[in-house]
Amino acid sequence: MRDLSSLPVEPIGPDDHLRGGDPEPLIVYAEFSCPDCAVAAERLRTSGASVCFRHFALAARSPRAVKLAIASEAAARQGLFWEFHDSLFADQGRLDDPHLWRRCELLGVDLDRFEADRRDPALAELVADSATAAMRAGVVGAPTFVFAGELRSEFPAL
Amino acid sequence: MSIIAPGTKVPPFSLAREDGSKFTDADLAGKTTVLVFYPFAFSLVCTSQLQVYTEALPEITIDGAVMYAVSTDPSLSQIAFREQLGVPIEQLSDFEPKGAAAKIFGAYFDPAGMTNRAIVIVGPDGCVSWSHLADSPGDLPGVNLIIDALAADQSSPSAV
Repeated sequence: MRDLSSLPVEPIGPDDHLRGGDPEPLIVYAEFSCPDCAVAAERLRTSGASVCFRHFALAARSPRAVKLAIASEAAARQGLFWEFHDSLFADQGRLDDPHLWRRCELLGVDLDRFEADRRDPALAELVADSATAAMRAGVVGAPTFVFAGELRSEFPAL
Repeated sequence: MSIIAPGTKVPPFSLAREDGSKFTDADLAGKTTVLVFYPFAFSLVCTSQLQVYTEALPEITIDGAVMYAVSTDPSLSQIAFREQLGVPIEQLSDFEPKGAAAKIFGAYFDPAGMTNRAIVIVGPDGCVSWSHLADSPGDLPGVNLIIDALAADQSSPSAV
């Protein structure tokens, strides 16, 4: 049973995915089947803001959320997290497994290794732990931004 | 309107269950009850709230607490909402007379004529053990707050 009692937002750690050089990036809790997250991701990408991406993938929110989060972690093991991230958010109409395999081809992800990693329980645990930490910090939706130490659901002024 | 305070004995109230029967203060006896007041079925924010609470339901109910969701929507709308989301949280309707129970709990938002975003935990003795009114109906209380409140309730002297 998970401990869901309150804890502050976790500091940036080794499991986080970072983009940009700011030592204090904007933390975003999101999931890949969420259209609002896709819009936010595109705005962040084009803004050039430094971002720390954290999974908030819940089965109760979407049947694909957890699988897509794990898939992105499998791509991350090949150093292609952000490429996979951008690709998933850029085409929200193609999120089933055959579409993921096609993405792997286009992005240069080794498909055999990707498929093996997707079934690694460690990645499922990593994604679940991320959701648990988010809920302990008070995250209730996606996307959620951590701005000036506070959780915000609206897109921050950058 | 202020939210009902901890320690208060819940006054008589009546809500409609999904099957049309009544849910009243008598149904609070003997168990811990978590009442989640939300503004509108099918709104984006309320959808997110019930989805996340569903994810945490095993932890919320581990010691026997029961969670209900309350709004001023009619039961048919609530049922459609719950079924579309695929969430198991039973819905209680405060439709007619509109908001009468929510007003008793201090969980009615007059400016918009809807249930406010609020959570009330009632102990097995029928007294409020914790209550929370969001700063605005758009602010979602994290599930961590519910877990903290239930844990505090379990560790209080009266729970021993």
